[in-house]
Amino acid sequence: MTQEKSEWRPRLKDIADQEELFTSGQRLCAGCPAGTVARMAMHALPRPKNTIVSNATGCLEVASTIYPYSAWRVPWMHSLFENAPANASGIEAAYKARKRQGLEKDIPDLLVISGDGSGFDIGVQAASGAIERRHNFLYIIYDNQAYQNTGIQRSGATPKYAWTTTSQVGRAVPGKPTWKKPIALVYAAHDPAYCASASVSHWRDFMVKVRKGMEVDGPAVIHVLSPCHRNWRYPEELGMKMAKLAVETCFHPLWEYDGDTRTYTMSSPSMRYVKDPDKKKPVVEWLEPQGRFRHLFRPKRRDDWIQDFQRLVDEDWEFIQKLTNMG
Amino acid sequence: MTVKQHLMGINGDEAVAYAAKHALVDVCAAYPITPQTIIVEKFAEFVANGEVETEFVRVESEHSALSACVGAAAAGARTFTASAANGIELMHEVIFLASSIRMPIIMAVADRAPSGPINIHGDSTVSLAQRDTGWIMIYCENSQEAYDATLQAFRIGEHPDVQLPVMTMLDGFVLTHTLENVYLLGEKDAHKFVGRREPMMIEIDGKPVPLKLDPKTPITIGPLQLFDYYMETKLQHSEAMERARPVITQINNEWAQLTGRKYGDGYLQPFKVKDADAVLVTTGSSAGTARYVARQLRAQGKKVGLLKVRTFRPFPYKKLAKILADVPVVGVFERTHITGSFGGPLFTEVRSALYEQNTRPAILGYYGGLGGRDVTPDDFEAMYKELLKVKTTGKAPRDLVKYVTVRK
Repeated sequence: MTQEKSEWRPRLKDIADQEELFTSGQRLCAGCPAGTVARMAMHALPRPKNTIVSNATGCLEVASTIYPYSAWRVPWMHSLFENAPANASGIEAAYKARKRQGLEKDIPDLLVISGDGSGFDIGVQAASGAIERRHNFLYIIYDNQAYQNTGIQRSGATPKYAWTTTSQVGRAVPGKPTWKKPIALVYAAHDPAYCASASVSHWRDFMVKVRKGMEVDGPAVIHVLSPCHRNWRYPEELGMKMAKLAVETCFHPLWEYDGDTRTYTMSSPSMRYVKDPDKKKPVVEWLEPQGRFRHLFRPKRRDDWIQDFQRLVDEDWEFIQKLTNMG
Repeated sequence: MTVKQHLMGINGDEAVAYAAKHALVDVCAAYPITPQTIIVEKFAEFVANGEVETEFVRVESEHSALSACVGAAAAGARTFTASAANGIELMHEVIFLASSIRMPIIMAVADRAPSGPINIHGDSTVSLAQRDTGWIMIYCENSQEAYDATLQAFRIGEHPDVQLPVMTMLDGFVLTHTLENVYLLGEKDAHKFVGRREPMMIEIDGKPVPLKLDPKTPITIGPLQLFDYYMETKLQHSEAMERARPVITQINNEWAQLTGRKYGDGYLQPFKVKDADAVLVTTGSSAGTARYVARQLRAQGKKVGLLKVRTFRPFPYKKLAKILADVPVVGVFERTHITGSFGGPLFTEVRSALYEQNTRPAILGYYGGLGGRDVTPDDFEAMYKELLKVKTTGKAPRDLVKYVTVRK
């Protein structure tokens, strides 16, 4: 089935005129890009007045709906940690069944949001099932690379060597011993209608992807990198810079999967490094400002670990280039 | 005048599936598990034949089954699911959640023993372990009651005063897989009885708003409530459960007028309790066997009775105390196994309910029929005889609770 491809391009002027559906006053940490993710996603909705949000337990959820307050001006629901896509399945089913019986006029658009704890670990089953059943929803996983809400524990998104409170840096073990899951590829392998990797730093790329994900008929997934200064230990005003560096070092390449053509495409911010590999920054530039990788540099610089990290990044980057026919 | 009904030879699972069909369920999300599977299989047949307008969500787990129901109910749908044993345990987290956010989901529980050892047969341990989750709980004695209670459940749970989920239990295999004669309502009469679900109205900024995920009236469902508001929400939940008490009796009476079938006051069904020397208290299909035995013993001049507990939540502690207060000896039989307590959930509720009474019977507990072990009329006769002996001798056995139907 051929779908209408979105030609929509966000313009700052238009966005400034739009109503804020994710409002100020929420209690995310100062400088937390999760709020930026939510706000940009709201501004990219094709039908902002006809969208329902299903939000898994996590930083965004607890910080945005502290009773009796809510930062959401759309119908919004949270139930548990691992079931937001299953909740959404039911919401869609309800509207479908009731529309068929003439009890509802329309089926609203559905947006599911979770962090990496749910999207990479505990909620994978529910997401996998919902994609297999072809519900019409966009699932945004904002990835800050650990269970930040519970106090910085490792998740399936935590990269090797990263310090977390459950992958401590000690004399015997230098942080997390294993690499992160290629989660967007896992979901793309489900052949959803649309899947993409994005970064909060590349707002236009992200918003266009959100729009596409909402507009396609069927399940869509966007994995968006969203740094956390509480864990990553960088000055709180540098969130966007840290996200940008992750793209510039190709630690977090941006790409899209199109379910119609079953093809992967490199997104333009990452294309730059395909075309001109010399522009690709060494990952050490992304590692060094982060306190969670401090032991790679102090008390003694460990080039062997830094090189190992670079190797893992390069292997992923090679793999994505092959997938997108760029390698 | 009761309405015309249709007699069908079906098993308990099928009876439940017909009830869900007759209830005009908008969304059914379920996962297969023995001995519940026939419910979803039968329902899949209705869906395949276009006999229902239901959206049937074939989920990948029980956790997602109930989660999808929660989403659907939050979006205004009438929702139904069914599960058993390990499935109930897997969805336990969602079971608590569903009642706390006041989603009137109806769930049939084909009662089955928990693993391990793995076992697929009848046992109430798992369903009774849900007693603190804030759901209304009804135990069915036979397939007819399974049909009746399921339809009643929609009316009870969705009642504006209540707005709570309801689980209806039917014993694994004894009811789920056994053919019985069941009277079903005509579809139109059933529809008239259940009506349509109307979402609960809540007040936001002084305005009435439906508790529903609806873009016309955007609301936030499931916010974070800490020490400042959590308890008030729990209190409201508790008040709703109390308001369910008269509703359960009212719906039971309405059902009796419609069908001619009445289940006591909706909570308890006493049989020859008034002048009894000994009364057995039990739930589900065991009540049928025990009643048969009590009738036989009565014919022999032995003054025994039966008290079937049909509604376990809200527990009818006042009514039960009144009925049992003057009975000399009471036995509580449950197909449940609890370790480290002085009795199973039914035993402790019954015993506790009697504490306020001036006269209190001697109470003996029986664990039996675990993992589908047959509980025969002989077993109940032995229990009755023991209770009568306590009456005559005035001496209770040393153990408060004992295992029956067990290998020596």
